[in-house]
Amino acid sequence: MNFKLISDISRSLLVARWRQTLVAAIGVTFSITMFITLLSFMSGLNDLLDGLILNRTAHIRLYNDIEPSKHQPVDESNEYYKSYNFIRSIKPKNDRLEIYNSGAIMAALKKDSRILGVAPKITTPIFYNVGTTDLTGVINGIDVEAENQLFKFSDYVTSGNYIDLKNIPNSIILGKGVANKMLANIGDVIQVTTSKGELMKLKVVGFFQSGLLDLDNVQSYASIGTTQKLLGASNNYITDIQIKLNDILTAPPLAKEYERLFGVEAMDIQTANSQFETGSSVRSLISYAVGITLLIVAGFGIYNILNMMIFEKMDSIAILKATGFSGKDVNLIFITIALSIGIFGGLLGLIFGLGLSNAIDQIPFNTASLPTIKTYPINYNPKFYMIGAIFSIITTYFAGYFPARKASKIDPVIIIRGK
Amino acid sequence: MSNKILESININKFFHDPLTVQVLKDINFSLNKGEFASIIGKSGCGKSTLLYILSTMDTDYDGELFIDDVIIRGKKEVELAKIRNEKIGFVFQFHYLLNEFTVLRNVMLPGLKLGKYSEKEVEHRAYEKLKILGIEKEALKKANQLSGGQKQRVAIARALINDPLIIMGDEPTGNLDKKNSEIVFEIFQQLVKDFNQSLLIVTHDNEFANRTHRIIEMEDGKIIRM
Repeated sequence: MNFKLISDISRSLLVARWRQTLVAAIGVTFSITMFITLLSFMSGLNDLLDGLILNRTAHIRLYNDIEPSKHQPVDESNEYYKSYNFIRSIKPKNDRLEIYNSGAIMAALKKDSRILGVAPKITTPIFYNVGTTDLTGVINGIDVEAENQLFKFSDYVTSGNYIDLKNIPNSIILGKGVANKMLANIGDVIQVTTSKGELMKLKVVGFFQSGLLDLDNVQSYASIGTTQKLLGASNNYITDIQIKLNDILTAPPLAKEYERLFGVEAMDIQTANSQFETGSSVRSLISYAVGITLLIVAGFGIYNILNMMIFEKMDSIAILKATGFSGKDVNLIFITIALSIGIFGGLLGLIFGLGLSNAIDQIPFNTASLPTIKTYPINYNPKFYMIGAIFSIITTYFAGYFPARKASKIDPVIIIRGK
Repeated sequence: MSNKILESININKFFHDPLTVQVLKDINFSLNKGEFASIIGKSGCGKSTLLYILSTMDTDYDGELFIDDVIIRGKKEVELAKIRNEKIGFVFQFHYLLNEFTVLRNVMLPGLKLGKYSEKEVEHRAYEKLKILGIEKEALKKANQLSGGQKQRVAIARALINDPLIIMGDEPTGNLDKKNSEIVFEIFQQLVKDFNQSLLIVTHDNEFANRTHRIIEMEDGKIIRM
């Protein structure tokens, strides 16, 4: 009942000064619109850039590395075994890069509930033979279906059909840069040499474009079977096991666990790509800072208008107090005014923000390095809308707080006697 | 049960800015139910100051004030607002109506604040008060569309809405012409006669004062006749 009366008085005061009210509300609307658009756009870009690497990178990669022996002969000496020894004489031996017992490891991983999927891989350096010159390169032998399922392989195959890699024996998908240098077209047969000197002819079934030029100039893809044949290895030869997890944040501890469990090297994505996370968080920080600045400016607009309103309505406030409205009631009236400006303006801002980010989403954005992107990226995360709504209410509350307190302290005697 | 609705005991009041000046000196008086009293005196004799103390709006004084046998000293701002709302009706020199509202709504506001009756009932009561003052036809107009005399009558209706213990007026006819002053006085008289309403009116119009039941005359912050 009492609140109804107060909201009624607030509404009347608002309507009486509807032009100023509108200007204040537009200020809030504008800032919320920009806040939403800026964050959606910035976050869309972040996701795009992160996706360039993160989508195609395993959360944990199991592999064997060539390392010097951790246990050196000097440690065996009775005289020095307690000392810190610098003498290292055993060089890395010609160890196999193969993961031992890969079949069993894969079977064990597939049963682990924390894991989304597992894809085996062989990475091997080769030479592409172009006329009389050789280009250095890398062939990734992949399980085509698993690779596509976990790392969206087909997104990056710009021409040709990715599944041909599995269906056509001795086929290869060339990196775009490599293909350009070799003047190779789909259907051509190219020749590669392994590091051990073996020659092999492969049929080009597609081109691959990752968006990272360095990668496209070097890498090509073949099926696991083709790669094993190329290396003359048995059909359980695998150099990498790529693991995708349900929760990316569990990668570092799980990597340690697998390292111990399977006796292999395990690299988690956070360690391998820490620079991306830093970049994303700094960009988000900047967009939040700009958005909040806009809101604070809008808050000052509301503050000004309320101050003016209180100055104009001094008489009304005095008579309300003389006839039994307490300072608290007057305070509530002005807070209600500020909050309704904030809620109304904020709501419109959310709607316009959605509209504007949608409009940006329609703008064509074609770049050679990003084959899957056709328009500017936008992230429609409800979180931004929540933050925008909460901030519009908080800033308008504070913008109303000080004028309202001033109004509640007005002494009716001074106003009434002043006439 | 005493008949006193308002009593002041040894009220003293000082202004400190720029110099300390005593504006009220040992004010002792009381007002009974149904009395129509006026306070007169020269400009600056402290009569308005006294009225604002009696109306609880000014709390900076020495001495004691009782309204309806309740001591006012030490009450919180919210409690004072409630006392003003429930027990005191105000009529000022200037009407102080809210231009954003209709006449009816202006009269209703203190009633809605009191919250004793439902909105429908308050509206009905407001109509009745306007009828007493003969301006029920203007009820749905905005406050700024009325003439000065009509506005002052609306202000009286607003003062009456909660059936106050006492109506206080600060020069209620000060801004009105002869004819409208006459109307307002007759209304006051009618209120005393028909509803046994107590009134305390500050005025410098001696003709007005002479027709009230009781005259309290002040000079230099003291009551010299009551």
